[in-house]
Amino acid sequence: MKVFYAFVMDGMKTALKGGPLYYMWMLFLLVLIGITAWSYSHQWTEGMVITGLSDQVSWGFYIANFAFFVGIAAAGVLLTVPAYIFHRKDVKSVVVIGEAMALSAVVVAMGFVAVDIGRLDRAWHVMPGLGKFNWPNSMLAWDIVVLNVYLFLNLFIPMYILFKHYQGKETPVRKYFIWIVITCFWAISIHTVTAWLLSSNVARPFWHTALMAPRFISSAFTAGPALMIIILQLVRRYTDYPVSQSVIKMLAVIMAIALQISLYFVAAELFTDFYFEGTHAASMHYLFLGLDGFDGLKSWIWTAVGLNLVALTLLMVHKTRENMVTLNIACVLGFVGIWIEKGMGLVVTGFIPTPLGEIFEYSPTLMEIGVSVGIYALGAFVFTILTKVAIEVELGRIGKHKNILKGVGNISDTAEQVEAAAVK
Amino acid sequence: MTEQQHKDDNSLDDQNLIDLAKRHFFKKLGMVGATGAAAATGVSAAVELVKEPNKPSWGGATFSDAMGDFFQDHYTRMSDEEMNDALERIKRKAKRKFGVDITCEDTKPMPDTYFGYALNISKCRGYRECVEGCIRENNQGRDSQVQYIRVLEMDEGDSNLEHSDHYYDPATVPVAGKYYMPVQCQQCDNAPCVKACPVEATWMDTDGIVVIDYNWCIGCRMCMSACPYWARHFNWTEPQIAAEDFNPNTNYLGNRPRMKGVVEKCHFCTQRTRKGRQPACMEACPTGARVFGNLLDPESEIRWILENKTVFRLKEELGTEPKFWYYTDEARART
Repeated sequence: MKVFYAFVMDGMKTALKGGPLYYMWMLFLLVLIGITAWSYSHQWTEGMVITGLSDQVSWGFYIANFAFFVGIAAAGVLLTVPAYIFHRKDVKSVVVIGEAMALSAVVVAMGFVAVDIGRLDRAWHVMPGLGKFNWPNSMLAWDIVVLNVYLFLNLFIPMYILFKHYQGKETPVRKYFIWIVITCFWAISIHTVTAWLLSSNVARPFWHTALMAPRFISSAFTAGPALMIIILQLVRRYTDYPVSQSVIKMLAVIMAIALQISLYFVAAELFTDFYFEGTHAASMHYLFLGLDGFDGLKSWIWTAVGLNLVALTLLMVHKTRENMVTLNIACVLGFVGIWIEKGMGLVVTGFIPTPLGEIFEYSPTLMEIGVSVGIYALGAFVFTILTKVAIEVELGRIGKHKNILKGVGNISDTAEQVEAAAVK
Repeated sequence: MTEQQHKDDNSLDDQNLIDLAKRHFFKKLGMVGATGAAAATGVSAAVELVKEPNKPSWGGATFSDAMGDFFQDHYTRMSDEEMNDALERIKRKAKRKFGVDITCEDTKPMPDTYFGYALNISKCRGYRECVEGCIRENNQGRDSQVQYIRVLEMDEGDSNLEHSDHYYDPATVPVAGKYYMPVQCQQCDNAPCVKACPVEATWMDTDGIVVIDYNWCIGCRMCMSACPYWARHFNWTEPQIAAEDFNPNTNYLGNRPRMKGVVEKCHFCTQRTRKGRQPACMEACPTGARVFGNLLDPESEIRWILENKTVFRLKEELGTEPKFWYYTDEARART
């Protein structure tokens, strides 16, 4: 217990210490969080009328981001599986960064739900025991359960391992392997349930498709690795933590495959809706071609398609996938492309036209974006702290073990050695 | 009741409520994550409380009323005493916010009743009197323009909702070549909204009416996504109603004042129909197109219609089993 206290205190000290660049970054994030606090106080006092939402389009920017970031959270599994199931040593050394990203993404997703509900003061109504929980009927009830458990898993497992490392101990994987397996299944479940949150609505033909969950998973496995590739490079640049190039190569391949599947699913949806166009295709028609003179999302979706196709090309050509500049371009394009397609494109379009055939368009207000920026920033804030502490522990710079005195870390292998081991 | 008495009662109530709220609060504090916003308002409310305990500073309520609202339990779990407190709070709040003295009851469903509605499309002329009557009866926000009934103007020979006009001018109706179809909550027997709600804030009562506990709704709008009839409406802002427009006869699961951030919809005028009266839309309809009644009563008019007319229900293929039927006269009356 005493050791755990020291672990927490050392962790907090690490989080508070840093160079000028670190302080500037954290201050920047705090400013964004401040903007959210200010914007949300307006939403709280005036009501959600300050958003662009309406009875016609009752979910928008917030829920779109929620769905997207649940996907990013689920993508954390893409490091867990190679690390623990396929025993890739190079991946295992960075798996903690993937877990930190998953955890931060869950925080972002939950933040977006929190600002989207009209009565945050009644959030306790969803707490089992205290409130009244419509489980197992309500998909939203399911989502609350799976997201909270995923949050817990991604907090508990890395913390356990880090705490052991902090004491200079190495826990055999078999001791916690069952939790790793649960996490892998859970990652898929959070995004599946989020997709079902939409596809369970018989009232909305655009969402009411069995392909929704597979689409969500494939697009998450595109955007997730894209973000991870960029984050791993940042870690490599701004810390001395060894990040093997082989991990980035692996993620790029995963992204290349997932993006193809994702686009294939979109094509399948387009064919089904447009081959013989029934009234259920109206939303899809609105999205891609516009409906009755309204085409607010048309340019967005075609931009997304374009971005994804360029990203796919860059990922499929061996040379451009190996080149870090073009790979980074592909990551940014793929990330933005998926964000548009499955965020705004998928959520908002489901509401147009309404079940009574009314076409009423939506675009987020400045206030809505103001509320949102700090939620992203909160995710980045949480991620930065988690990663910083994790790296210090993993490199053996903080801890209660004899290696500290010798100045030898837990991970003595350099990036090159790890890579060499991976190649073998 | 004199003003002084009223004030005394209030402060007594307040003291009890504060004690209750405190007990609840410390019990639940550890579990209920304090949000930034709640904390901020809580602090400011606490400061006000020290200065002046009965001043309505907490969103137009006193601190004790706000706490009472905050800790109010789910409808089905409230004791009679708790319900009475809730009803008193509603009345006090209406007085402070809208400047009206209202009555608010918790009217239970009548035994052996199961309500249904039938609407004669050939008689409807699209005057939208039902919409107006509904708003007057059910205290919808006037600025926020919440309407439980949508009357759609349709082309003759076409029942595609996407071709309907939602914003026709009721002053010009009826228009040749058009017919009119009012749509409101269909009171589905198999209601997707009830299934979707994560906190059971909406359910079907024994008289078949799908009701909402506005104090339990968290405003997630899952039910709005689930409803195939676009019957549910959200309070995007605090409803504004002039005191003289306020209907003071209210019911807890009905037309009592709502707050911002919650969902509402047609409830077949529980405050009227659970006392044997007609819903306001039926009373307002000048053409007699609307027939409301008890489906369990073989002598009722609605039963006669179901047995003798050709009826249809909206989007029946979805399996929602609406208790709202549309029918036509054999030869539709021409304009």
